[in-house]
Amino acid sequence: MSVSVRALYRFFDRSWLAMAALAVLVLFIVVGLFAPLLAPYDPNVQDLANRLQPPLAPGHLLGTDVLGRDVLSRLIHGTRVSLVVGFAAVALSGVIGVAVGLISGYFGGWIDTVFMRIVDAWLAFPFLLMAIAVVAIIGGGLQNIVIALVVTSWVVYARLVRGETLSLREREFVLSARGLGASRLRLMVGHILPSIIAPILVVATLELGVVIVTEASLSFLGLGADASQPSWGNMLADGRAYVTQAWWLATLPGVAIFVVVLAVNVLGDGIRDALDPRQETARRTKELL
Amino acid sequence: MLRFLLRRLGQTVLVAFGVSLIVFSLVHLTPGDPVDALFAGENVTAEQKAEYRRLIGLDRPLTEQYLSFAVGAVQGDLGESIRRGVPVSSLILETLPATLELTLAALIIAVVIAVPVAIVSALRQGSLWDRGGSVTALFGISMPSFWLGIMLILIFSVNLRMFPAGGRLDVDVELERITGLVVIDALLQRNWTALGSALQHLALPAVTLGTAIAATLARVLRSGLLEVKNQDFVEALRARGLSFPRVVRHMLRNALPATITVMGVRIGVLLGGAIVVETVFSWPGIGRLIVEAVRNRDYPVVQGSVLVLAIVFVAVNLATDLLHGWLDPRVKHGRSVA
Repeated sequence: MSVSVRALYRFFDRSWLAMAALAVLVLFIVVGLFAPLLAPYDPNVQDLANRLQPPLAPGHLLGTDVLGRDVLSRLIHGTRVSLVVGFAAVALSGVIGVAVGLISGYFGGWIDTVFMRIVDAWLAFPFLLMAIAVVAIIGGGLQNIVIALVVTSWVVYARLVRGETLSLREREFVLSARGLGASRLRLMVGHILPSIIAPILVVATLELGVVIVTEASLSFLGLGADASQPSWGNMLADGRAYVTQAWWLATLPGVAIFVVVLAVNVLGDGIRDALDPRQETARRTKELL
Repeated sequence: MLRFLLRRLGQTVLVAFGVSLIVFSLVHLTPGDPVDALFAGENVTAEQKAEYRRLIGLDRPLTEQYLSFAVGAVQGDLGESIRRGVPVSSLILETLPATLELTLAALIIAVVIAVPVAIVSALRQGSLWDRGGSVTALFGISMPSFWLGIMLILIFSVNLRMFPAGGRLDVDVELERITGLVVIDALLQRNWTALGSALQHLALPAVTLGTAIAATLARVLRSGLLEVKNQDFVEALRARGLSFPRVVRHMLRNALPATITVMGVRIGVLLGGAIVVETVFSWPGIGRLIVEAVRNRDYPVVQGSVLVLAIVFVAVNLATDLLHGWLDPRVKHGRSVA
C-alpha cells in the first residue's frame, strides 16, 4: 500500500499532464459545488427578447438558447448534474461490486460459481443497452439514472476484486491473520481490501468517465434528466434541432463533456501506469544502471 | 478442439439463459407496474387495467410467464408490439440489418485507421508519431459519439453539403430488398446509383461510430505489439535477415489474439454506441427501434429487441473466443496463457 501511495505521489510530482488533468477535474468539481453562486443567471429563466444570441453577445458570454436562457449558466448547473450522477453512481456501484467480489473470491466454491455466472450474464449486456432497459422500466429522473448506472456497472468491480481476492487469500499475511483468529469479515475488509485499493481506484476513475458519458447519452436520448434540469445531455439534444441556426447550442455542452471525460481518462491512465509494478521495475532498473 | 468448442458452446447457452432471465426480471420484478406506467395519465379504470393485465398474461405466476416467454423466444416468437400491433420479431428483422451494416462499416473504417497507427506507434515508441497517435486515441475515446456525430453533420452536411445528415438512401432511389444491407443489395443488383447514394448516407454515421472503435483498437493493439516487440523470437527473425514487413507480420500475428479478446469484450460498448449514433443520424436500426419503444412504453418490443441484441453480443463473444483459440493454439489445448 505504501508503495502505491509513494508511486502515486511521485507520479503526480513528475507528470505535468496528470497534474493538469487533476486540476481540470478539481475545477469542474468546484464549479459544480458553487454553481448557484457562479452562474450569472438563473438557468431556467427565459428571455424571449434575447433568444438565440451567439456567444460573446452583450450580457451572455456563451450566448442564449432558443428560449433565451443563458447558455453559460445552464452549463454551470449542468456540471452539477453530471458530477453528482457520476460520483454517486461510481461510489454506489463500487461498494456493491467490491462486496460481491470479496465474498465471491474469499469463499469460492458454489458461492463463487453462482456469482460469477451472474456476472458473466450481466457482462453479456451492452452497457448502455442495459441502462436504457432499466430506465425504460423505472422511468427517467436523476435518481433513477443513478440506479440504472449502478445496476449496469457494479459487475466491473466485482470481477476485478474477485480475481485479486482469489490470489490474495492464500498469501502469508492473510493466512497468518487467520491463524491469529481474525474473523472472516475482518480478513476481507481489514486485510485483503487495503491491498487491492489501487486497482479499484484505477477502475473507478476510468468508470467515472464512462458513467458521465452514459448519463449524457441517456439524457440525449430523452430518457434521462427531466427537462427542467439543465444537464449537458439535455442541452445537446435541444441544441441538435437548431444546429443549422445556432451551432453553439450543440457544440458547447459537448465540449464540456469531452473536457471532463478527457481529464478523467488521462488521470486514470496515469494512475494505472504509476501503479503498474512492471513499469515500476523498469524505472528502478533504469535508475540502477 | 472439439472439447473446447463444446465447452464454450455450453457456456454460451448458459449465458444466453442468464440473459433471458435478466431481461425478464427487468420487466417483471422491478418496482412499478408496467401496465400502470403504460396508461399513466390516461383515463383508464382499474378494471380495464386488470383486464389488460389478463390479456397479456401479467396475472399468471412468474415462473409460468417466464416459461412462456422463453419457449416463445426460442421459437422466434417475441410477442406483439403494444403500439403497432405487429410481431416484435418482424420489427427486429426489419431493423437488424441496418445496424449490422453500420457496425460492419464502422469496424472496417476502424481497422483501416487503427492498425497502421498502432504499428507505427509501437515500432517508434516514444517518438513524436507515437505521442501524437496516443493523444489522438485518447481524444477519440473521450469524445461522446453523439456529439461527434452532430459536429460532423454541422460541418459536412450543413456547411459543406457533402453528405446527407440522415437516412439510408435518397428518397428517389429505388432498391429491391434482398439481404437488408443496402450496400450489398445495390452491388448484387448492379444498381450503381443506389450504391453511391447508400455509401454517401453510410459515410458520416460509420465514421462517427468508427472513430470510437479505432481509438480503442489503436490503444489495445499498440500495447499488444509493445509486449511482443521485445520478445526473443522477434530478435531471432531479425537476425535471420527477414524483411521488415515480414517481421511486422509475425509481430501482428502474435499480438492479435489478445487484441481480438479485448475488442470482443468491448463490442458491447460499440453496440451501445450504435444505439446513440442511429438516433443522431435517423438510421433505421434496432437501436432506434429500442429508443422509440422505450419512449412509447412498448414493453414487448423493448424486451424482445434487448434480448436479441444481447444474444448477438454473446454470439460475437463466442466468435472472438473461437477465433482466439484458432489463432493461439495454447488456448484450445487448455494450457494457460500468460
